[in-house]
Amino acid sequence: MNFSSLFNAMPGAVAQGMIWGIMSIGVYITYKVLDLADLTVDGTMATGGAVCVMLMLNGVNVWLALLCAVIAGMLAGLLTGVFHTAMGIPPILSGILTQLSLYSINLAIMGFKANQGINVTKYHLIVSQRNVRHLALDNPILTALIVLGLVIGVLYWFFGTELGSSLRATGANEAMSRAQGINTRVAKILGLMISNGIVALSSAMLAHYQGFVDVNMGRGAIVIGLAAVIISEVLFSKLFRNFALKLTGVAIGSVIYYIVIQIVLWLGLDTNLLKLLSAMVVAIFLAIPYWKANFAANHGTKEGQGNA
Amino acid sequence: MLDLVQIRKTFNARTVNEKVALNGLSFHMDDGDFVTVIGGNGAGKSTLLNAIAGVWPVDSGTITLDGVDVTRLSEHRRAGLLGRVFQDPMTGTAATMQIEENLALAARRGERRTLKPGITREERKLYREKLAALGLGLEDRMTAKVGLLSGGQRQALTLLMATLKKPKLLLLDEHTAALDPRTAAKVLELSEQIVTENGLMTLMVTHNMRDAIRYGNRLIMMHEGRIILDISGEEKKHLTVEMLMDAFARTSGETFANDRILLS
Repeated sequence: MNFSSLFNAMPGAVAQGMIWGIMSIGVYITYKVLDLADLTVDGTMATGGAVCVMLMLNGVNVWLALLCAVIAGMLAGLLTGVFHTAMGIPPILSGILTQLSLYSINLAIMGFKANQGINVTKYHLIVSQRNVRHLALDNPILTALIVLGLVIGVLYWFFGTELGSSLRATGANEAMSRAQGINTRVAKILGLMISNGIVALSSAMLAHYQGFVDVNMGRGAIVIGLAAVIISEVLFSKLFRNFALKLTGVAIGSVIYYIVIQIVLWLGLDTNLLKLLSAMVVAIFLAIPYWKANFAANHGTKEGQGNA
Repeated sequence: MLDLVQIRKTFNARTVNEKVALNGLSFHMDDGDFVTVIGGNGAGKSTLLNAIAGVWPVDSGTITLDGVDVTRLSEHRRAGLLGRVFQDPMTGTAATMQIEENLALAARRGERRTLKPGITREERKLYREKLAALGLGLEDRMTAKVGLLSGGQRQALTLLMATLKKPKLLLLDEHTAALDPRTAAKVLELSEQIVTENGLMTLMVTHNMRDAIRYGNRLIMMHEGRIILDISGEEKKHLTVEMLMDAFARTSGETFANDRILLS
């Protein structure tokens, strides 16, 4: 066993984990706050990168390109929201429909090529894999940390406002929210837009980091996001009660996920089997609360019976 | 003032499960009226409240509340005029949010939700006082998740939320039915206290005839989507359960067959 190769791979795993951590925060917004499983993200996780890279290749300023990527992601969320609220399509199916549309849209954005490269020496990229072991300001881990801090800060502020509270209420109890005058359709659409905007930002950063955008780079993103959310719940649910800390926990969860993946690969797992492994691990963790409740119900303990 | 004119609502129209829930119902209430609603299962009591609240659109007729024609308004648009407490204690509150957050949501009912803070320091002070007045000790648990509260506590909180911003009409939909008798009595007393203090126009559905007689200044009985009995003033004060049963038999041509009501 060559520990130094594992050690050398760690900075990359942490950087990737943090970039995917931004995406996982987007997943947390829909899955935990709005109580919707939004599969749009598998498409949005390529859209953001595609928009950002193509704009930059056409001479657009990096910050403007990033902003456009976020807006593109928000439009994808809007489409899913309209499918769900205005057309009455169940949320999971709405997400799948957008995701499928995005495959064509992403290809169109990329000039009908499956991938597009962007060279770090020619373009100003905000993060790059090349610098991951630099002890300098251009290290992608530092940049990802700053972006994570900004995203968490803005979300913490937003979900404390009247409007943000109405989104949380919609996720917690729709009937009550309507009775309190909240337009739950608007709340859901807004939540989906915010979530997918964040995912698109993460996508653009990932494209920068790896130096290319690929039409398939978002495949399975929802599972990675769920894995990060679940890891953070298992490890930090007792520790992190504050909303900002919970979001931080999700980002840490994503980093842990990538470190574990790195270790598993180092142990010799075939890369092609990675998605199977991820899916199985997430399935088991999703089942744990259900099994716990069943066990509690069968054994008459208090847990699982709820509050009377 | 509340005015319902010729309200019709049919569920599952043109299917074998067709059910005429409100059958050309007309009803008028004055400000300050506290009306209790009784009737057998499927009489249309909850349907009446849901029609007023706008849970779904009615098939025909008009609903006017405080001079506003709300017939075509969606549920959340009408919410500003209404306070609602539901039968299921789980329905009226957000379990995963804090007590004070639930109150802050209710305080903004009918207002535009902006990017201003969701709850302010002055509000917390006000909520503490209001919660203390409930006498349930909730004022010391303001940041506790509502999911930790008992059914009675949740109904009391929902009642406070429904009346925090004075509604034009308070809708109580069998709001004590899921509680044990002692808690139910307490929540009912609390309801009356809040209604009286604020002079609220109130519509209360109950399955308990004695409660229907004891509370409010007017009583209506529903049967097959219509109001078959409407008693108010002095006449209501002298009502007994037996008189209600007789009246029901006379007007509907059936005996009042509802175990839940007879036993309570």
